[in-house]
Amino acid sequence: MTTPAEFYQRDRALHPPAYTPGYKTSVARSPRYSLISLQNSVSEVTGPVFGHADIEPGDNDLLTNYARPGESPIGERIILKGRVLDENARPVPNTLVEIWQANAGGRYRHKKDTYLAPIDPNFGGCGRTLTDEAGHYAFRTVKPGAYPWRNMVNNWRPAHVHVSVFGTGFAQRLITQCYFEGDPLIPICPIVQTIPDQGAIERLTATLDLNATIPLDSIAYTFDIVLRGRRSTLFENRLEGN
Amino acid sequence: MPRNLDYLRETASQTAGPYVHIGLAPGAAGFDIYRQELGRDIAGPNAKGERIRIEGRVIDGMGAPIKDVMLEVWQANAEGHYAHPEGGGPVEEGFRGWGRVITDFETGDWGFDTVKPGRTRGRNVGMQAPHLNLWIVARGINVGLNTRIYFSDEAEANAQDPVLNLIEWEHRRATLVARRTETGGTPLYRFDIRLQGEDETVFFDV
Ligand SMILES: [Fe+3]
Repeated sequence: MTTPAEFYQRDRALHPPAYTPGYKTSVARSPRYSLISLQNSVSEVTGPVFGHADIEPGDNDLLTNYARPGESPIGERIILKGRVLDENARPVPNTLVEIWQANAGGRYRHKKDTYLAPIDPNFGGCGRTLTDEAGHYAFRTVKPGAYPWRNMVNNWRPAHVHVSVFGTGFAQRLITQCYFEGDPLIPICPIVQTIPDQGAIERLTATLDLNATIPLDSIAYTFDIVLRGRRSTLFENRLEGN
Repeated sequence: MPRNLDYLRETASQTAGPYVHIGLAPGAAGFDIYRQELGRDIAGPNAKGERIRIEGRVIDGMGAPIKDVMLEVWQANAEGHYAHPEGGGPVEEGFRGWGRVITDFETGDWGFDTVKPGRTRGRNVGMQAPHLNLWIVARGINVGLNTRIYFSDEAEANAQDPVLNLIEWEHRRATLVARRTETGGTPLYRFDIRLQGEDETVFFDV
């Protein structure tokens, strides 16, 4: 019996460390001991499988999935789309992508959000979809607004969409945030700046894709997501046993 | 520095923030949008094996429970098979083995019902003791934390578990073992996760 191939070791230099004092909440929520490194067993290589019975076709349209009939949310209408790939540049098909975001005024529909910008009665702020065979996903939504948050007294989050992705194994599980090209708040955001690698920050920034816009309707941004890749099993050596 | 080959680089993680519920559990955020929320039922009514409940808290470095955390569970069925094409074997209809766990916003308490998983095969040799895999995200957590829940009534299997045995500091292994308490009905296990301090839970780089 062979164990399925492992995922490539995660390059931690591309991710924020746990302890990032500029983002104050991380101080009391960051483990201090080293993570214990684990070769992947079946527990890490496998992960939940989703299908079209889990979601509905309209779940990826935030312009309509919470709006009253005939109405739509306030804000800049955008298409947010891209591909989910792995580090081997292979598409990750049929994987669940979930997003959530503030409305165009920067307010979340959440009982804990008390920002004075108004709730939009036609905007829920969440969507989900499965990637197609080539790894493509797409959402229709409004561009979220910037909002202030309690860290230092004058910190503002750049416009962002929170993104959750699965892949095929639990070791690939990822939550991140997608920013928008040209936003002056990106380089001064303490949460963005938890990431030590400038290239990694740039890859979190969605790019205007004029060719994918719908003229006179919606502007389009592209955001590709890369999950961990897996080893080939061709010459896997065993330390002991078979 | 090795040269870069044509590999892509993994997308960087960012904190899930305080409003993770909007996307992943909108009912907890306070609104109803989807026909069904995902991850509500780890082991459907048809799942075989012993029904158990696990309860706990995630505790920060100040000793306070974290009230805006979300946990995801990934586990094998009672036979030690994951619901996945490479999961080791078939699983019964309705067994998903995956779930999302939300805390009470006032107390930070969380809990979930499932079935006790069976042993699964280890990486190279031996069998892994029954365990659940956990992934923890919250405001202030920059990269989701991976840990495991083992069971106090599986001492023999735990002693042979290849992952527990990787932990050099034997006293730290206890941070991964849920304590079984007899309650008369469904067996209840207690599992508190400590992000810092002397009893810091073991987290894995998987
Ligand atoms: Fe946010």
